Amino acid sequence: MEIHRYEKVWIAISLLFIVGLIGSIVYGVTAANVGTNSDSRQQVDANHLDGTEFGTPGGHWVGPNHYVVYVVGQQWRWKPGTSTPIMVPTNTTVTFYVTSADVVHGFQVVGSKVNVMAIPGQVTKFTTEFEQPKSYGIVCNEYCGAAHQNMEGQLVAVPRDTLSRNNTTNTTTSNTSRDMRILPNNADVGSSSSVQFTASGDRS
Amino acid sequence: MSYIDDFPHEARVVRVMFAVAFVSVAIGGLFGLLQAWFRTNIFRGAFSTVEYYSILTAHGVLMALVFTTFFIVGLFTWGVTRSLDRGFNDRRFTWAWVTIMTLGPVLSFGSVMGAFVGWIPFHGSVLYTFYAPLEASPTFYLGLTLLIVGSWGASVDYLWTLYDWRRDHPNERTPLQTYMAVATMLLWFICSAGVAVEVLFFLLPWSLGWIPAVNPLLTRTLFWYFGHAVVYFWLLPAYFVWYSLLPKFSGGRLLSDSLARVVFLLFLLLSTPVGLHHQFSDPGISAGLKFVQMTSTYFILLPSLMTAFTVVASMEHGARQRGGTGRLGWLRALPWEKPYFSGCALAGIAFAAGGFGGMVNAAINMNAMIHNTIWVPGHFHLTVGTATALTFMAVTYWLLPQITGKRLRSRTVAAVQPYLWFVGMVLMSNAMHIEGLAGVPRRTSEPTYSQIVYNFPIGSLSELRLQVALGAALLFVSLLCFLLVVLRTWFGRRGAAPIAVNSDIPKPLSGPDAGPRILDNFRIWVAIAVLLVIIAYGIPLASMIQHGVFTGSTPFPT
Repeated sequence: MEIHRYEKVWIAISLLFIVGLIGSIVYGVTAANVGTNSDSRQQVDANHLDGTEFGTPGGHWVGPNHYVVYVVGQQWRWKPGTSTPIMVPTNTTVTFYVTSADVVHGFQVVGSKVNVMAIPGQVTKFTTEFEQPKSYGIVCNEYCGAAHQNMEGQLVAVPRDTLSRNNTTNTTTSNTSRDMRILPNNADVGSSSSVQFTASGDRS
Repeated sequence: MSYIDDFPHEARVVRVMFAVAFVSVAIGGLFGLLQAWFRTNIFRGAFSTVEYYSILTAHGVLMALVFTTFFIVGLFTWGVTRSLDRGFNDRRFTWAWVTIMTLGPVLSFGSVMGAFVGWIPFHGSVLYTFYAPLEASPTFYLGLTLLIVGSWGASVDYLWTLYDWRRDHPNERTPLQTYMAVATMLLWFICSAGVAVEVLFFLLPWSLGWIPAVNPLLTRTLFWYFGHAVVYFWLLPAYFVWYSLLPKFSGGRLLSDSLARVVFLLFLLLSTPVGLHHQFSDPGISAGLKFVQMTSTYFILLPSLMTAFTVVASMEHGARQRGGTGRLGWLRALPWEKPYFSGCALAGIAFAAGGFGGMVNAAINMNAMIHNTIWVPGHFHLTVGTATALTFMAVTYWLLPQITGKRLRSRTVAAVQPYLWFVGMVLMSNAMHIEGLAGVPRRTSEPTYSQIVYNFPIGSLSELRLQVALGAALLFVSLLCFLLVVLRTWFGRRGAAPIAVNSDIPKPLSGPDAGPRILDNFRIWVAIAVLLVIIAYGIPLASMIQHGVFTGSTPFPT
């Protein structure tokens, strides 16, 4: 095929540019540790969240440096998040598990790296870290019905020592979280009936 | 002899298609202005906070699905029959698909308007993406199906005409315009199959109560199987204009016919196995699969970068034919006062900017920064909203006289219109991008929240809002200018003046015979394209189907 010399050069530069872009993203995802959202291999029945971790959503410690938060989106609030803030420790690995009890929602913690979809039936898993104590706003960024524009909430990153490692009766020292129920840590979780995800991880 | 004299029947088909397209863009444009002014608190008198979503749905459906598809089918009807010098085979077949296709938007738009009009017993405020389990009336889904099925009928007419032409011209290369139109419609067949399955097997029976539930992740994935490839269905007709007509508008010739074919083939192959990049934030799809489709997304940059070279080089060639000189001085020699040229050139500039934004959207990590923020509509108003829409308006100034036999009227208004659109879009889109970086969500009637303070990289919320409101106003004025020119021309008197344009397209500098004949063998390329789709989508779809096909979510009527 007849290709002008300049055009050959242009195509070569274009290909290098494309490979360079992909390379920079590989670097960003691996070395710079920017989180990506993968398949949690967990499914739930959106109509029966009661028997699962999402029946009593909220945060708890699962290890010395690992905190998990279960969040449910439901027309038109985040549970927790809307009536009580989500509390997370700073400088700690925080894993969010997000699902929806009805329609598709978008869980976006404005100003953080957290921006994931909540899809009924699916469990979204996203791991990140909050460096500074700070209060963030949460929005629903996917249209979810008539009062979509009212669906908002709050997430507060607090120094890790202030977030209790004990169970049930403890609340955090932050006065914005008076009603926040701290769930038992994972020593209890494994033996309880709370893990009722339909099996899907055994596919491999 | 102009097109209307040579092909009066096909010219009529083109006019019907354009008429529906222009009515859609008129209503959709008005809704766009009202939406922008609602969100920015300039004017809120026309509808309520909740009704905003019906207006938003109508804007998306009318602009992205109706205006585009009808204009494209009209443009390609002209391009195929003109370049093959052959009319359609069977008028009954042609008018059957024209009727089906036109009925579609009436049903879908009517359903959405059920929110405002009491006697319409339907609803459809599900936005342009209609994610289940939000549910619209069956009429909304049926309308979309008819629109797509009708456009398939148009594709069949193009293929049928090409098939007959081949029989009579066994040794000739397919003319470039027909080649580009057919490649685009084959892409459309492949990608719209996804949304057709979503609607026919899932959403339509589900909204009728024939099946109890659907799997929201599965239907959403079927949508995005279609939802990104469709942007190339919008873009390639603009490329069709940039490759086949813009060199002529510039006063020169296309550089290379064969490379134009290669570009369209690359789009045919790569357009569909990229859709997962709209689902980076979704659960239930592994990061590895997302990464694979991110890679194919970046490789689809290649045909666009190749196009940038050819378009600019062809324009430079034209400018030098017109006496332009110097390293950049030739730019002054281009016919900037002709709206069909300036519209295409400005559309190309907007597309370059939109392309860079697209590189951010397609990155698996950076996507989280802008996903579902107003950055995204800012992006696609540069691409489909300018690269495609402004090119369509520009080529209308050149094509309308040829399908009506009437000289273009209000030519000064036409000459200003593309610049107004461009400036309006720069203002609006730029502000939307900046707001998106601060996390302002899209698709909400109330973008300020009691618990959120946005940190804008540049400017303040009130400044950015003013830019959006002003940009939208300029866009609407530009649209009115366009409609004025179209209406005055359309209802002008035929034969009052020579139409002053013609469809003689100069031969490319490097003709089709410089490229291998295999480029014209669509059977092979479609087979490879389907194979790539199976590789890219087989695993994620199989895994989703395992978790339920007709189980999951019951309808939530809107």
